[in-house]
Amino acid sequence: MKHAIGVGLFVGVAAVTLAFLALPIVGIYVHTSPEKLLDQLSNPVVKDAFVVTLKTSLLAQAAILLFGTPTAYLLATRRFPGHSVAVTLVELPLVLPPAVAGVGLLAALGRFGLLGSSLSALGITLPFTQTAVTVAVAYVASPLYIRQAIASFEATDPHLTAASRTLCAGPVRTFFRVVLPLARGGLIAGLALSFARGLGEFGATIMFAGSLQKVTQTLPLAIYAEFDQNFDATLAMSGVLILISALLLLTLRIGLSWQRSPSSTSPSFFGLSG
Amino acid sequence: MATLTLEHVAVLLRAFRLELSLAVSETTALVGPSGAGKSTVLNAVAGLLEPDAGQIRCNDEIWFDAESGVFVPPERRRVGLVFQDYALFPHLTVRQNIEYARRHPADEYLDRFQIAHLEHARPGTLSGGERQRVALARALARDPEILLLDEPLAALDSHTKIEVRAELQQLLAGLEIPTLLVTHDFEDAAALADEVGVIVEGRLRQTGTPADLVARPADAFVASFTGANLLHGERRVTGVGTTGVRLDDGTLVSTTDDGAGAIVLAVYPWDITISTTRPNDSAMNVIAGTVSAITELGNRARVTIGPLSAEITVESLRRLDLRLGQQAYASFKATGTRIVATKGGTE
Repeated sequence: MKHAIGVGLFVGVAAVTLAFLALPIVGIYVHTSPEKLLDQLSNPVVKDAFVVTLKTSLLAQAAILLFGTPTAYLLATRRFPGHSVAVTLVELPLVLPPAVAGVGLLAALGRFGLLGSSLSALGITLPFTQTAVTVAVAYVASPLYIRQAIASFEATDPHLTAASRTLCAGPVRTFFRVVLPLARGGLIAGLALSFARGLGEFGATIMFAGSLQKVTQTLPLAIYAEFDQNFDATLAMSGVLILISALLLLTLRIGLSWQRSPSSTSPSFFGLSG
Repeated sequence: MATLTLEHVAVLLRAFRLELSLAVSETTALVGPSGAGKSTVLNAVAGLLEPDAGQIRCNDEIWFDAESGVFVPPERRRVGLVFQDYALFPHLTVRQNIEYARRHPADEYLDRFQIAHLEHARPGTLSGGERQRVALARALARDPEILLLDEPLAALDSHTKIEVRAELQQLLAGLEIPTLLVTHDFEDAAALADEVGVIVEGRLRQTGTPADLVARPADAFVASFTGANLLHGERRVTGVGTTGVRLDDGTLVSTTDDGAGAIVLAVYPWDITISTTRPNDSAMNVIAGTVSAITELGNRARVTIGPLSAEITVESLRRLDLRLGQQAYASFKATGTRIVATKGGTE
């Protein structure tokens, strides 16, 4: 009897938790009719924000992948003085309030910032440009990819890399033919997380890049801007973001399941596992 | 045949400094307890680790020389290394594993190792013996001048081990290249290698043929490691050409070796005869006791009576109908004993 009450209590609490988490999502989709939501997708503000978000996010993720992967590999496989400082630095944006990140980026790359004069000497002005959005997103989202990448590289059996070396493969070939294919699932999962975080970026972007339609106004910024003017547009954009996030979450799960069973047959993603 | 030479190769390990010289031209085994630095030697030869001092050569080619700062990276040393866990690439098929080094097509090796039917399988689906064959094929397809085997039989259960060991024995005999293997099991070493080196805490204690080591162990450790029983006692009386030794438990035994003071006597398990009644034969030494352990190893069995382990055939075991706790007699000849120095013994 006592046992049944205990189980009932847990089920009840879990039901409340799940309902709490689901309600806002449901709210967005049922607040107005689907036709109205679809109508809003042709609203220029929504369209522009979508394009800006997609462009800056893809660029930022490409940069994270390109710079983050070698960095993560180095941090995962080498121990050197200052290693833990480097890891802390990588993780810092994760805990930094986004507004602080925005101020920091301004203080470093703004016109009167640390590198501002050097940048303007090169004819580059960053703040309030689309590049600034990319920079802010890359800064804030990078830890999610790099941390996961470090974990994936650390999980790669060192005997396998050693075996590759004794089989005529230098460090670079070993990286591309053994390390990368085995870490692939984890890297995809990390990228999905980082992408999701980047899509929602608000604080650092508004501080460093502003909210200019067609230039720096991303979906989250547009949602805030349209909030008291066109609530239907806000809902439409939110609906789009929810869909993309759900898709990314799915990618993450698939990626992680690959990481767990590297021996299973899985499609070659970067064309490197053949 | 090529020769691998290690001269005063030194590596600082956590607990001790490994330092050894070794020449390998046939099949050589390094045996020793785990943590003795055996795998470190293989890693140094393969180039996966840079020693602190010394020189490593393959024929006239210098792979490592501390003085002149030569260090050839692993991918440019012609070494085939078979890892203890085989380290097969899990994301590649058997064929792709064998062709990884891009030296030879896999076909010849698939046939030679009888794994052609596994060509498209991934390592995760293979049995222990099959994995070892793939690992060997992969190492040899790399075209090595020297083959390194790290604990080749440790990953197998005792049942398949005997089978795989026989297979490996055949393969090594047919190989045209020198092989250096490490194992913690003297029996495996004796079965597979022409020459055996016993390594303890980074130092070679003794090298020789397996028979050499069993017959003339350099110290108590080598004696116990090669499987000998070690009996502690003190020299008491001298008979006609024999030395009487009173063991710590009071039994008096004779040996043809000469020694004084505290003595450690080595007796090999296969030199001991077991009977259920007190024997009356030419063996001078009889130790009575209860049977405390019976371990069957294939067609042989190790039977422990008092302080002694004897090795007899399973057939004899059945014939004597030996049971645990039963009274029995272990006898051995004075000529079958060897006095080994107590100094430096780490049993």
